[in-house]
Amino acid sequence: MGEKILMKGNEALAEGAVLAGCRFFSGYPITPQNEVPEYMSWRLPEAGGTFIQAESEVSAINMLYGAAATGIRTMTSSSSPGISLKQEGISYCAGADLPIFFANVVRGGPGLGNIAASQGDYNQSVKGGGHGDYHTIVLAPNSVDEMGNFPKKCYELAEKYRMPAMILADGILGQMMEPVEFKFQPVDPANLKKPDWSLGNAAGRKKRIVRSYDLREGELEKMNWARAKKFQEIEDREVQFEEKNINDAQLVLVAYGTSSRIAAAAMKMARDKGIKVGLFRPITLWPFPKKQLAKLAQRVKNFLVVEMSQGQFVDDVRLAIGGTAQVDLYARPAGIPSGEEVFAVVEKLYQSIKPAKAVKKVEKVKPAKKAKSPKKAKPTRKLKPVKKKTVKIKTAKKATRKGGRR
Amino acid sequence: MELVNKKPSGLVDVKMHYCPGCGHGIVHRLIAEVMDELGIRERTVGIAPVGCAVFADDYFNCDMIQGPHGRGPAIATGIKRSQPDCIVFSYQGDGDLASIGMAETIHSAARSENITIIFINNAIYGMTGGQMAPTTLLGQPASTCPTGRDAKVNGYPIKVCELLAQLEGARYLERTSVSSAQGVIKTKRAVKKAFQNQVEGKGFSLVEILSMCPTNWGMNSLQGVKFVDEKMMPIYPLGVFRSTEQEGGQR
Ligand SMILES: Cc1ncc(C[n+]2csc(CCOP(=O)(O)OP(=O)(O)O)c2C)c(N)n1
Ligand code: SF4
Repeated sequence: MGEKILMKGNEALAEGAVLAGCRFFSGYPITPQNEVPEYMSWRLPEAGGTFIQAESEVSAINMLYGAAATGIRTMTSSSSPGISLKQEGISYCAGADLPIFFANVVRGGPGLGNIAASQGDYNQSVKGGGHGDYHTIVLAPNSVDEMGNFPKKCYELAEKYRMPAMILADGILGQMMEPVEFKFQPVDPANLKKPDWSLGNAAGRKKRIVRSYDLREGELEKMNWARAKKFQEIEDREVQFEEKNINDAQLVLVAYGTSSRIAAAAMKMARDKGIKVGLFRPITLWPFPKKQLAKLAQRVKNFLVVEMSQGQFVDDVRLAIGGTAQVDLYARPAGIPSGEEVFAVVEKLYQSIKPAKAVKKVEKVKPAKKAKSPKKAKPTRKLKPVKKKTVKIKTAKKATRKGGRR
Repeated sequence: MELVNKKPSGLVDVKMHYCPGCGHGIVHRLIAEVMDELGIRERTVGIAPVGCAVFADDYFNCDMIQGPHGRGPAIATGIKRSQPDCIVFSYQGDGDLASIGMAETIHSAARSENITIIFINNAIYGMTGGQMAPTTLLGQPASTCPTGRDAKVNGYPIKVCELLAQLEGARYLERTSVSSAQGVIKTKRAVKKAFQNQVEGKGFSLVEILSMCPTNWGMNSLQGVKFVDEKMMPIYPLGVFRSTEQEGGQR
């Protein structure tokens, strides 16, 4: 605690979990999260825990299901295709009310996609993921520091509500190096209370059952209603988000994870030119900061969503705002936007914003010099107000295919 | 008067749902007796499969977990590695173990996980209504091969003990049957060995038990036991395929 260490995001994630009391990891290699199992393979034995390289993601999540049922802190991690394989097991954990923690270091999809960063697994993460009626708590870090500090939050939330909790990261967050400060005392698992549902050592008590099924007439529906109530409580109590430069903002960027870092860079460029742009970043993607966004939309009438997917996250933003403000989208499905690129969109949008006051101000500003990457983003000085349509800017194709690791 | 035969404490006193002539109930009782005899009931965790034995979590009087179809050995691995003092067994059917869960079966054996697997081979998918299993015999009809299993279309039956015997990690493999009184006695001996091995830390033990599913074979109970003896045994010969004496060694 208190010390800053330079680490890769994936390593910070693994170390953060161990410091938070994780003593069991099962996983299967997949880029760009390989550093997590690699790190765990020496770190967990050192901490008196278990690391297993499973034969598949399917097996890995079921090892976790068994280990978590004994009441210890467990972790698995993967990247997109591997998380898809884990979904049946995650659904069983949700159905058996088991607190588990996992991380998805997202890569491009669908299919084998590529190994670069993407946010294409948003819907899968926040809408349940596997089969059946449930939610997963989803935390979206945007720095290596948060990669290291969020596992503990996930354990606490997962255990408080007895359900799966996950970190939704991406290839950039997993691979980049930044200083991390673990802002908590290491958790000694011996000091954690054994839950009253955990399996093993039944001496002097009745048998316990961990299961996700209930065939008795009406009972499953009762269970699901009880969970729905719990989910509502979580939506009321556990939302986390971050706001920057909101107070005088005429246009608010909405982004999570890596996109929020890029959006913040664009915001800074805009602010340097006197353009009143703010940033709203959900930290919990489920529960989604619906109320907070709706409240913001009472004052701010223009939002720009930036996401590295086709337009998944924007749906939740629009649902929250409910037509009371204009929500535009800048999407890069399996592409990584630059700050300049987003800034160009911001500038163009900002000029179109009514009241005229805002437009006037922009006109004082020198037309932006051609931004580096986007070929077609020519900010025109006089823009018609943006209709209810999406702003999409094509970017030059970059050959980013790296050989080898799949 | 002394009570000479009572329900083992390893079984919960509830009515089982199994069909008349089914082998599952017999094997349940044997496991429960073994838990009692070895004095391990209070530290045993059992895994109920997806299959007719899904409700085994209600029947065994020890901690139980029910998991996804075929993943028993992975779940057992997770429990055993995090609670090494527990005795962990996975109870599985042939669809569960030899079809959807084959990877978990082979790899838990390869790792020689110190677990016990009780494998019920009834050559059919019982719970879903009689579809072909990986162990269905050539020529044996099933609802997804109504004219009988045809090697050209459906391939050949999988012999689990023979297959696993190739693996160094598989420490104890035996095939028995519950189609006769003698078979039941031998099965109990094998089940006991498979649990005892785990107590002694000897690694992966699996007992494959030929068992009756008269319901989905379209037979009565007597025809059921005859089918095991006459049709299944020639394809699935009984015996020990690997024993701890062969390999020995603590894990
Ligand atoms: C992922 C998944 N696929 C399929 C099923 C449907 N299913 C339930 S039981 C079963 C077959 C069980 O047969 P077996 O393992 O031989 O056990 P038995 O019922 O004969 O004891 C199947 C396919 C399921 N529950 N989950
Ligand atoms: S269907 Fe077959 S395996 Fe299932 S309970 Fe009936 S006899 Fe037993």
